[in-house]
Amino acid sequence: MKNQAVSDQGGGKMRSSAGFDEMIRPDGSIRPAYQKLSEWLGGQSRGLMAKKQEEAEAIFRRLGITFAVYGDSASNERLIPFDLIPRIISAKEWRFLERGIEQRVRALNAFLYDIYHRQEIIRAGRIPAELITRNEAFLPEMIGFDPPRKIYSHIIGTDIVRTGENEFFVLEDNLRTPSGVSYMLEDREAMMHLFPELFAAHRVAPVERYPELLRQTLESVAPAGCTGDPTIAVLTPGIYNSAFFEHSFLADQMGVELVQGSDLFVEDGALYMRTITGKEKIDVLYRRVDDAYLDPLTFRPDSSLGVPGLFDLYRAGRVTIVNAPGTGIADDKAVYAYVPDIIEFYTGQKPILQNVPTWRCAVKDECAHVLANLETLVVKEVHGSGGYGMLIGPHATKAERAAFAKKITAKPSNYIAQPTLSLSTCPSNVGKGSSPRHVDLRPFVLVGDRVRITPGGLTRVALKKGSLVVNSSQGGGTKDTWVLED
Amino acid sequence: MLGRTAASLFWMSRYIERAENIARLTEVGYRIALTPDIGSGHREDWRSTLIAAAGLNDYLARHSEITAEKVQHFLLFDRDNPSSVRSCLETARNNARAVRTALTREMWEALNSTYIDFTAVKASDLGSGKLPEFLDWVRQRSALFRGSLLGTLLRDEGFHFGQLGAFIERADNTARILDVKYYVLLPTNESVGGELDAFQWETILRSVSAHRSYRHVYKDRYRPWNIAEFLILRQEMPRSFRFCYGWIERSLEGLAEILGQSPQSRHDASAILSDLKNASMDEIFQSGLHEFLSSFIKRNNDLSSRIAVDFHFL
Repeated sequence: MKNQAVSDQGGGKMRSSAGFDEMIRPDGSIRPAYQKLSEWLGGQSRGLMAKKQEEAEAIFRRLGITFAVYGDSASNERLIPFDLIPRIISAKEWRFLERGIEQRVRALNAFLYDIYHRQEIIRAGRIPAELITRNEAFLPEMIGFDPPRKIYSHIIGTDIVRTGENEFFVLEDNLRTPSGVSYMLEDREAMMHLFPELFAAHRVAPVERYPELLRQTLESVAPAGCTGDPTIAVLTPGIYNSAFFEHSFLADQMGVELVQGSDLFVEDGALYMRTITGKEKIDVLYRRVDDAYLDPLTFRPDSSLGVPGLFDLYRAGRVTIVNAPGTGIADDKAVYAYVPDIIEFYTGQKPILQNVPTWRCAVKDECAHVLANLETLVVKEVHGSGGYGMLIGPHATKAERAAFAKKITAKPSNYIAQPTLSLSTCPSNVGKGSSPRHVDLRPFVLVGDRVRITPGGLTRVALKKGSLVVNSSQGGGTKDTWVLED
Repeated sequence: MLGRTAASLFWMSRYIERAENIARLTEVGYRIALTPDIGSGHREDWRSTLIAAAGLNDYLARHSEITAEKVQHFLLFDRDNPSSVRSCLETARNNARAVRTALTREMWEALNSTYIDFTAVKASDLGSGKLPEFLDWVRQRSALFRGSLLGTLLRDEGFHFGQLGAFIERADNTARILDVKYYVLLPTNESVGGELDAFQWETILRSVSAHRSYRHVYKDRYRPWNIAEFLILRQEMPRSFRFCYGWIERSLEGLAEILGQSPQSRHDASAILSDLKNASMDEIFQSGLHEFLSSFIKRNNDLSSRIAVDFHFL
């Protein structure tokens, strides 16, 4: 009860405002990058936009681009709403983001190598030992193993939010099995089909090379003993997985096999897939199956999604698993708070992109602060994802906050809290013409022989007026994201 | 090609073919029900439809009596019946989703839009004579899928597995239809056969869309001997055993050529085809039509299992 009384007193000064408008300046003028789009938007009738919207939906549905929503059995396949109006990022803004992202993913890979080897960062006292050793995301099985090129996280989706002209924050690093890249590619495809005239009027950096770059990245981390062209396969949990469409799409675009655990077996020190003539060796496995399910002999014994013996093979350097098992320790929400220190420690530079200030409920003082300010904070589960199990303080009722406070008190180490950021907005097609809606950004990063960042990424948009939750499982949509070339 | 991919292509095709056949059987059942003054009553006819659809036991496990409405629901919409049109389309689509990369866009779109449109139809929408139109639609969609496959799919392993699934299913279906009514096809019936038998014969031919082509081939009234021959031995009849096995053998030869090895199933299929080529209706009737059909259904099934083993379907 005391907690509740305290949080009631918490001021509302951080209550979300309208947010930074990426198209229109406060004085009503249009930002340069949006100039042509704004003019074009003014010339489109509501009827035409509605027709284009229908056309877009028909395209997506026919292609089978759907995702499954957990806990929604009635209609287990849905379309993610597609917002017709593109988001535009200027060349200058993108160069800044690109530098910041590259710095971050290099530092995090260096951190992973260190954490599974000498743990210099702990010895140096920059992060507490228990943060790692008591963390479920830390995989002792990975200790002392050197993955090819010492890269752990090859495929990354860095979640970024914008709050001002020059204010970008990294919200999450997503170093395990990030999804969404197929939407980036299909959104672009749909837009080029629907509005070719807009592309003629802008110099939009292409995203179409992603599958080719992904393939190059995967080839560049083939096992040392692999001679000739490495054989690549994409491992999916199967058609009922919410991201199955993407797994199938990426395999197709790269021209490699899409496999399930039951297609694979380990024999004579190699990983094979069962083919109609017998078997074929696999060198690089891009897996979209979680660590725990990869190998029933090493991890969860009840898993049928993985391959018995895969992990030993991996440690023997006979096959490369992408991303490496155990990368979760670097994108764990409790570790997140230390990423600025991690960047400084491994690069000797200040972070280019900011972290969102984070309170760890595991720390007593910080927990007290969180409980006292629930009204202004977003509280997240340390291991949660997809917008499930989180509290958005300013939008929650008093009763919801009280209930959440109890959960935090019961297991503080399970939670972190951040200020409610006022996400930037972009014009969105919401039926009654265009209207600003909150967005975030997930650029897709590939780390192999070099770092490759596809210009743009996936913009997720909270289509409900005033909503800050962009997750597709919670009613968010996507839109095409344009990086303009100079 | 992955063994699982081959299996999915095989079963995708089988289930589309099955959906079409179930629609055809339902349509015949419906026609019979509209002709009340012939025969021993509808009950028996819906029963034989259920037998031909290999669903009688499943049906009786859940329903105590055989009524037109319940049978139609069971054959078209029942999620618990693995061979209902709904289940067939869903299984076909799930197999197709799993191997999207092995399909052309046209094939996927044909199948996916059929499934999406089908799920929007409710059994209650089909009252007052709308059933035939709906069944026509199912057959058209199956034809669209087959057409997309034939028109767009590369003639590689995937094509052959699709062909194998379609023709093994079709041969099975034709054999079941014949077996349900084999007694009206026995030569002894020809002399005693009255209006009832003529009606039954037409029913059999309609079940395989052959009531008109029969006339073109035989230029004669329905005779049980001819009907049996038409559906078993005539190579120009696209649903006959002989025709199906012509394609099955060709596909297995195609696979053997691509893969550079000759699997057991190819020899088994050739043996079945050669038996069909050498058979005469005389011999078949002498050794027993029912026995012949039972044996064929079993050999066809065994071949399906052999293919799964030979090509590592899992």
